Amino acid sequence: MQAIVCIKQVPDTTEVKIDPERGTLIREGVPGIINPFDTYAIEEALRWKEKLGGKVTVITMGPPQAISALKEAVAMGADEAILLSDPAFAGADTWATAYTLAAAIRKIGQFDLIFCGRQAIDGDTGQVGPGVATQLQINQLTYVCKIASLDLEQKRIEVERLVEEGKEVVQSTLPCLITVVKDINQPRYPTILGIRRSQKVQIPTWTAKDLEVDPKLIGLNGSPTRVVKIETPPARAGKCQIMQAESVEQQAELLAEKLIAEKIIV
Amino acid sequence: MALLEIKRDACTGCGLCIQVCPFGALALDSENIITVSEACTGCGACVPECPTGALSLPEVEKKESADLDTYQGVWVWVEQCNGRASSISWEMIGKGKRLAARRGTILTACVLGHEAEPIAREAIAFGADRVFLVDDPTLKVYRTDPYARCLVELVKKYRPEIFLLGASTRGRDLAGAVATYLYTGLTADCTGLEIEEGSNLLLQIRPAFGGNIMATIKCENYRPQMATVRHHVFEMPVPDHSRQGQIIREKAVLLEEQIATRVLDLIVEKNEVNIADAKIIVSGGRGLKGPEGFTIIHELADVLGGAVGASRAAVDAGWISYAHQVGQTGRTVRPDLYIACGISGAIQHQAGMRTSKIIVAINKDPEAPIFQIADYGIVGDLFTVVPALTRALKKRLNK
Repeated sequence: MQAIVCIKQVPDTTEVKIDPERGTLIREGVPGIINPFDTYAIEEALRWKEKLGGKVTVITMGPPQAISALKEAVAMGADEAILLSDPAFAGADTWATAYTLAAAIRKIGQFDLIFCGRQAIDGDTGQVGPGVATQLQINQLTYVCKIASLDLEQKRIEVERLVEEGKEVVQSTLPCLITVVKDINQPRYPTILGIRRSQKVQIPTWTAKDLEVDPKLIGLNGSPTRVVKIETPPARAGKCQIMQAESVEQQAELLAEKLIAEKIIV
Repeated sequence: MALLEIKRDACTGCGLCIQVCPFGALALDSENIITVSEACTGCGACVPECPTGALSLPEVEKKESADLDTYQGVWVWVEQCNGRASSISWEMIGKGKRLAARRGTILTACVLGHEAEPIAREAIAFGADRVFLVDDPTLKVYRTDPYARCLVELVKKYRPEIFLLGASTRGRDLAGAVATYLYTGLTADCTGLEIEEGSNLLLQIRPAFGGNIMATIKCENYRPQMATVRHHVFEMPVPDHSRQGQIIREKAVLLEEQIATRVLDLIVEKNEVNIADAKIIVSGGRGLKGPEGFTIIHELADVLGGAVGASRAAVDAGWISYAHQVGQTGRTVRPDLYIACGISGAIQHQAGMRTSKIIVAINKDPEAPIFQIADYGIVGDLFTVVPALTRALKKRLNK
């Protein structure tokens, strides 16, 4: 199985604290991590490689320091990694990102499956996966919580997708792109051997020149959307009223009265 | 080369921008002036922070708009499953109608399905002036390819100015494919939509970084301006079944043999409350100490007619299934009442519930961050507080 995993480096929000006075994020010195959802994508690709043989290639688009995310993926067990980095890629929205990733995937060549996480925890859009699939004109299966079967000879895949009503069982043909949700697996930790390999592995950097891309369609220039304003959302109005009373029963009574008075309980 | 432009003369070296940069791309140089590294993604978080206006992002040239003006009207995709429309679609029709009024145009609903005419009529009752109805067996159950191709053809033929889809699993799946085909802008998961004075552009407001920042996004040079919209953000309109509207039938684009995907089954999870739709949620966290702890959470939720939520800590510990998880890596909820029991309220959890109307916190630690966003709180042992609250409410609700 030839698998490609698209990952993103994001700020580790578990390290982020809120400035209590200004209500803004304190992000100084926050390390970059692999987007948590992408670790499930890597894990799923590795599990199927272990079953069926083949190769797992991890790619990311980002600034030069995104290489540390790729090294972590190699430490988990990925065979190869490629960094797409070029100042010309900067400022890309989801359209331009998907376009660039798709160009890199075409350059990698033959593949059976592309794995992505359901969304990144910084942007939260979940649009790049469908964008890449559409650019490559292959099927997409999003929000996958289980790959029930994968048949490389028949070029067939059957998955369960997490939808609002429950789980949808879907069959499709290969090659295709899947985006995975959290309960698909439990990602492994890197092994000592893997970490050693990740320190030695050669990770090529591809720039715009290395890809067949139209310079007008990459980075900020190629992005149809533009962020025009960023602000901190207003803090929640009102201070917390703490129920003060002699006993727990009385505190509970007090709270029950307040909640009934809010007219939200029917 | 980074995208951020810095006016060195204007920078006072105050460092406010360093604190807000999500990517750690800003630092002071030896002359105490801001420098930007390659980590900059041009997100713009720092720009409004600078008190002297020293930071800016490059302006993008406006393209000739003659062609853009030929795109008119506001569209909404009506999502359906098993012949029932999703309430998110009606919320968007309500919002879309107001946007259309601002633009002096009509609201069009796109209904794709099989034997879906009742849904088209419903769309008119909720406020659609016109419905494109594509009624075909291949569209009975949602699949990306036939749905996306169908909407792409409709957009090419009728050229809408604004196109809204629900930020549900299907809506996000579909919108990403359609916007890619059309090469136009798509803003995911909007919580605010407005028409900008003067430019008449759609201002698309959405949370990012787990709700810690709000970004306003525009799509100036491409049409339609596409957005997916979060559930329960806009008000549900009241249907008027006497309303009249036009239904235009259009044809499906793909034949069954051209579609590679088959939906074999939909396993509807019974007893599994969809917390995204619940009006009242009682959530439990690490403080419950084990799966048995959820018994008292369930009891309180039952009295209130609410659903049971959980923090990531409780889900990761295996005390309750992932379907209940609220937060950044779980579901985003916006109930009328959210009761957090034994949840400290890390920002990842807050990201999934901070827009709830009323938040109640029950926690033994008075310093827990959850109290900072709560409206009401009880500091105490949840194992005595929660049952006491259940009893107190039961008494008042005569249950």
